[in-house]
Amino acid sequence: MLAIEADNLTRTFPIRTGGRLRGRRTEVHAVRGVSFGVARGELFGLLGPNGAGKTTTIKMLNTLLLPTGGSARVLGHDVASEPVAVRRRIGYVFGGDRGLYDRLSAQDNLRYFAELYGVEPREQRRRIAELLDLVGLSGRERERVEGYSRGMRQRLHIARGLLHRPEVLFLDEPSIGVDPVAARDLRRTVAGLAAAGTTVLLTTHYMAEADELCDRIAVIARGSLQALGTPAELKSAVSGVGVLEIEAYGIDDARLSAVRALPGVRSAAVRDDGRTQWLTVQSADGAADPEPSVRAALDGLRPGRTLRREPTLEDAYVAVVSRAGDETPQAAA
Amino acid sequence: MTALRRLPRLLAVGVRTHVVYQSRSPLEITFAAVLPVVQATLAVYLFRAAGDPDRLIQASVGAGLMGMWSSVLFGSGGAVQNQRWLGTLEPLVVAPAPLAAVLLPITLATAVVGTYAMGATLLWGVLLFGVPLHLAHPLAFVAAVPACVLALGLTGMLLAATFVLLRNANALANALDTPVWLLSGLLVPITVLPGWTRPLSWALPPTWGARAVQAATGGGAVWPPLLAAIGSGLLYLAAAVAALRYVERRARAAATLALS
Repeated sequence: MLAIEADNLTRTFPIRTGGRLRGRRTEVHAVRGVSFGVARGELFGLLGPNGAGKTTTIKMLNTLLLPTGGSARVLGHDVASEPVAVRRRIGYVFGGDRGLYDRLSAQDNLRYFAELYGVEPREQRRRIAELLDLVGLSGRERERVEGYSRGMRQRLHIARGLLHRPEVLFLDEPSIGVDPVAARDLRRTVAGLAAAGTTVLLTTHYMAEADELCDRIAVIARGSLQALGTPAELKSAVSGVGVLEIEAYGIDDARLSAVRALPGVRSAAVRDDGRTQWLTVQSADGAADPEPSVRAALDGLRPGRTLRREPTLEDAYVAVVSRAGDETPQAAA
Repeated sequence: MTALRRLPRLLAVGVRTHVVYQSRSPLEITFAAVLPVVQATLAVYLFRAAGDPDRLIQASVGAGLMGMWSSVLFGSGGAVQNQRWLGTLEPLVVAPAPLAAVLLPITLATAVVGTYAMGATLLWGVLLFGVPLHLAHPLAFVAAVPACVLALGLTGMLLAATFVLLRNANALANALDTPVWLLSGLLVPITVLPGWTRPLSWALPPTWGARAVQAATGGGAVWPPLLAAIGSGLLYLAAAVAALRYVERRARAAATLALS
């Protein structure tokens, strides 16, 4: 039996456009017929740009949202008709500052949720101490959460998600806004959980994180599954592809479209690192060096350094998302 | 069976958690105490002007009851909305505990926090207006206040059940504030209201809770209204539990559990 089975999972949201009198109702298709399976003990990544449908998919799998089409099962239990059975077996951790009682201590937060998650009273104290230790919050557990850094809050989120020893853990962008050291600790914790047999479904924008942790990855864009495979399989889809990175500033949509339209260019995306932009261009297998034509397309921008490298998971991701027609793939190294 | 056995502990830990959480907001506590004190001041002057100096203690108690109701009303509507803002509504719903057992401690905690208003108005009356703290049935008063807290909390539970569906629950809470304290006779007896409002008053648990507290304060039968408060409150709870089964599924379908 698979830990997670999604079969043609679909979710639409009704929205209202225009004013009260002349407005009309339409539907947004957040997830369109997504199917995949996750084996027990597998660490499965779900990648995609903002608004691709990752969080909606997770919320359907963890029973917070009802699918409008298709079905999903977690450890054999239907997410729509058996929510309590599913909830007993899953943990849910999401990123960001919210989701905790700020004016309470970490210990009080965990004690309350331990009760809600049905942790036996005589086991609670030991389990909470164990988890505080696991996430590195021992010694700080009596402090109010409002004084915690983002990384500490994130670690507390994880501790809460693990209170009842869930068999399946949903991690929705757990490392968002977390500093590199805390993110590395977090990755170590997640890897340890998977090694101990917990099934993990992870969404992230950090390709290095996905590459390091995930057994398999699904790329979702515009609500549909675009690619599915191991990190190596996804990368092999862009093997032989040349990757060119050009430093510039002021690349607008018109120039980006012009680069994309160049012969031999497979995909192009812009990454903003604060002071400058990096234009990443993937050229088709066997195509001529695209650098001269790309520089010509950036006419008037005074491009800077040029780097050439082997394709990474991020390149594979960008290629998949660009192919799906999403023009603004969000990816971070 | 295990879930039922663990329910009292879950409720106790939940009430403790939310009372502590709400009590740590200086702003909320100030509002919980200051507005009823203003209302108590107005009530004392009104009762004096009406030639009812003997009922000044009931003015203090009545204003305290109004404060408790406001705490429950805005607390129950605000509690669900606050959980949304805090981002805790989703972790609470995704927990295997029944949603009713998650929401009840929140609404009871708002009623418990509301008793700060009662303490503030009584103290204010004694210190500023020299209102004698003479209770007709002191022991019954000690029983009537918790019963009233329970009745108010259970009323809040039914409100909270419907507020799960509304992203702007506070708007509805505003509209319910004054009508309910008028209909419940928290400050002014319901006998002064038009006759057609009487069935509405009887259907509200706060009516019976307030009557028990007022009787314990100024004299009269305490236990019948006290039992009626608990009984009607339990009926509200049953309605809330039934409603929540539908409401939770609706919320999952309509995606109203989160802000975004």
